[in-house]
Amino acid sequence: MRVCVVGCGAVGSLFAAHLATLDDVEVWAYDVVEEHVAAINAHGLRLTGRAELLAVVKASTDPGAIPPCDFGIVATKSMFTAAAIAATAHAFSDGAVCSVQNGVGNEELIAEHVPRVIRGTTFPAGRVTAPGVVQMDVAGDTWIGPFEERPASSEEVAALADAMTRGGMPAKALADARGAQWTKLIFNAASNPLGALTGLTQGRLCELPATRALISGLVAEGVAVASALGITLDSDPEALIDHSARVAYDHRASMLQDAQAHRRTEVDALNGGIARFGARHGVPTPLNDAMVALISGMERSWELEA
Amino acid sequence: MIERVCVIGAGTIGSLLAGHLASVCEVSVLTRRDEHAAKLRDHGLRISGKHDLVAAVFATADAAELPDFDIGIFACKALDLDTSAARLAGRASAATMMTVQNGLGAEDVLARHGSWPIISAVTFMSGIRHGDAHVEYELDTATWMGPWAQTATPYATVEELAALMVSGGLAAEPMADLLPAQWSKLIFNSAINTVAAMTELPHVSLFAREDDFGDLGRLVHGLVDEGVAVATAAGVSLHEDPWEMNELAVARGESAHSDYAHRPSMLEDVLAHSPTEVEFITGALVREAARVGVAVPLSTAMYRLVRAREASWSLGRAPAAVVS
Repeated sequence: MRVCVVGCGAVGSLFAAHLATLDDVEVWAYDVVEEHVAAINAHGLRLTGRAELLAVVKASTDPGAIPPCDFGIVATKSMFTAAAIAATAHAFSDGAVCSVQNGVGNEELIAEHVPRVIRGTTFPAGRVTAPGVVQMDVAGDTWIGPFEERPASSEEVAALADAMTRGGMPAKALADARGAQWTKLIFNAASNPLGALTGLTQGRLCELPATRALISGLVAEGVAVASALGITLDSDPEALIDHSARVAYDHRASMLQDAQAHRRTEVDALNGGIARFGARHGVPTPLNDAMVALISGMERSWELEA
Repeated sequence: MIERVCVIGAGTIGSLLAGHLASVCEVSVLTRRDEHAAKLRDHGLRISGKHDLVAAVFATADAAELPDFDIGIFACKALDLDTSAARLAGRASAATMMTVQNGLGAEDVLARHGSWPIISAVTFMSGIRHGDAHVEYELDTATWMGPWAQTATPYATVEELAALMVSGGLAAEPMADLLPAQWSKLIFNSAINTVAAMTELPHVSLFAREDDFGDLGRLVHGLVDEGVAVATAAGVSLHEDPWEMNELAVARGESAHSDYAHRPSMLEDVLAHSPTEVEFITGALVREAARVGVAVPLSTAMYRLVRAREASWSLGRAPAAVVS
């Protein structure tokens, strides 16, 4: 089996390195960061933290160098999905491509370029600490299933889940992966922008009555949209929020980290995704709309300072 | 006849009022800090920008040293009004007092400290404070003023003070009923200040753009619509349409070649980690909405966000960021 990870940042590296431990899997990685790619080719891809391993991965910044693959795993930030899959689609003309990205709407973009698509949601997280080195901060499960509009076969979904699991990234193959994806989407959309706007950590967000009320308002809109789409959530997002406050009290949401570093956020794929699907199904999402407007405005303020 | 005006609080607005009025009447200034008063006494009060002048004012940080006055203008922030009014309690019994604070409720706070006739005012002028004795006059827009209904303030006094301000070089407009203007500004302020505080954007043209999903103007318009619904339910017919005020303000503040625009005070406060006036502005609007039974989910969200942002300063930051 040959797999190419498209976007080999923190999450992409977790999949690439774990899959590369398997004898029957050849792993390629496409990324635009020259130093990271050069370090991976020179010294291997190293994981630290929750996983300690050094993997052989063939990395390239040149999409033309990637050979035909059985599977693609797209792990870019959602605003780079369209460009990344357009550049690498040739490698997947007879393969299946799985998104493990945040938010919703990535599978639709991928499906514009490749014949078979897998919907995915993943909880493991980490950060690039040096070129070629990724620290795994959070372990967790991945759920994958065929993307309804251009589905991969159930055999392909099962084969990819099996390889991920054998490599040390536990994955479940599902007939319908929307419930898992929307549960995480609603959780992220309810807490991430609030962290970025207020500067509060996950635990503080959940315990301050003012922000907890906002979280619940955002969750309720997301649940209403999922319900209009006919999606059964696989757990209660409110319970996930409570859980995160306990296990990640001092965690700064990724969007808060992005805001503090003045990096463009994924608000369009999170709250924007809920709002777009809501609009399509006649479900109003005023609070999610407001989050998109405020975070986009905040991003604009960084340009004014520059 | 108004011959002596006392300005209580010499921040940006107070300094602009004192500096201009000093050319047409005697002006005294009550500051919080001794060194602030000393600087004003020694150097005069410099106004730059739209006007250029140095005004001689009597300044003190001790209310007992204040000379008698006919009009007292409380120009401190809403958060400081109670403390400032207490310093004048039992004094200047013949004077008429004016409030220019943002939001709602300043007159009630002031009335707890004395039986002075009260003039309500809202001001749209703005400035940039360059030091204790130097303020730049930025926006020369009007101050609207009217008798507060709960004290039988003669309208003639309001007209006379407005005329005095105009002759001093300020824009001022007397109104028999200020509530419609006060609510127009409250709704405008609540939307613009909270959105600026959260996005850290000055009042740029984005605040009026509503072409596409996610455009900031759509949120601002939603906030304005909520405020208008509350005013309507409260029986107030607005003096100006707050959305048009927003469109006008961004057209005035920003040219095609520059992204310069006014920084609303709540944004200044957030950047300085100072307590904001959100309780008096959006908080007042949300409470009034509850009283008249109007749902204001967006205003409530903005109110909560600003309060949470304030809370983050005292709670402190989480462990240091890993910034790549």
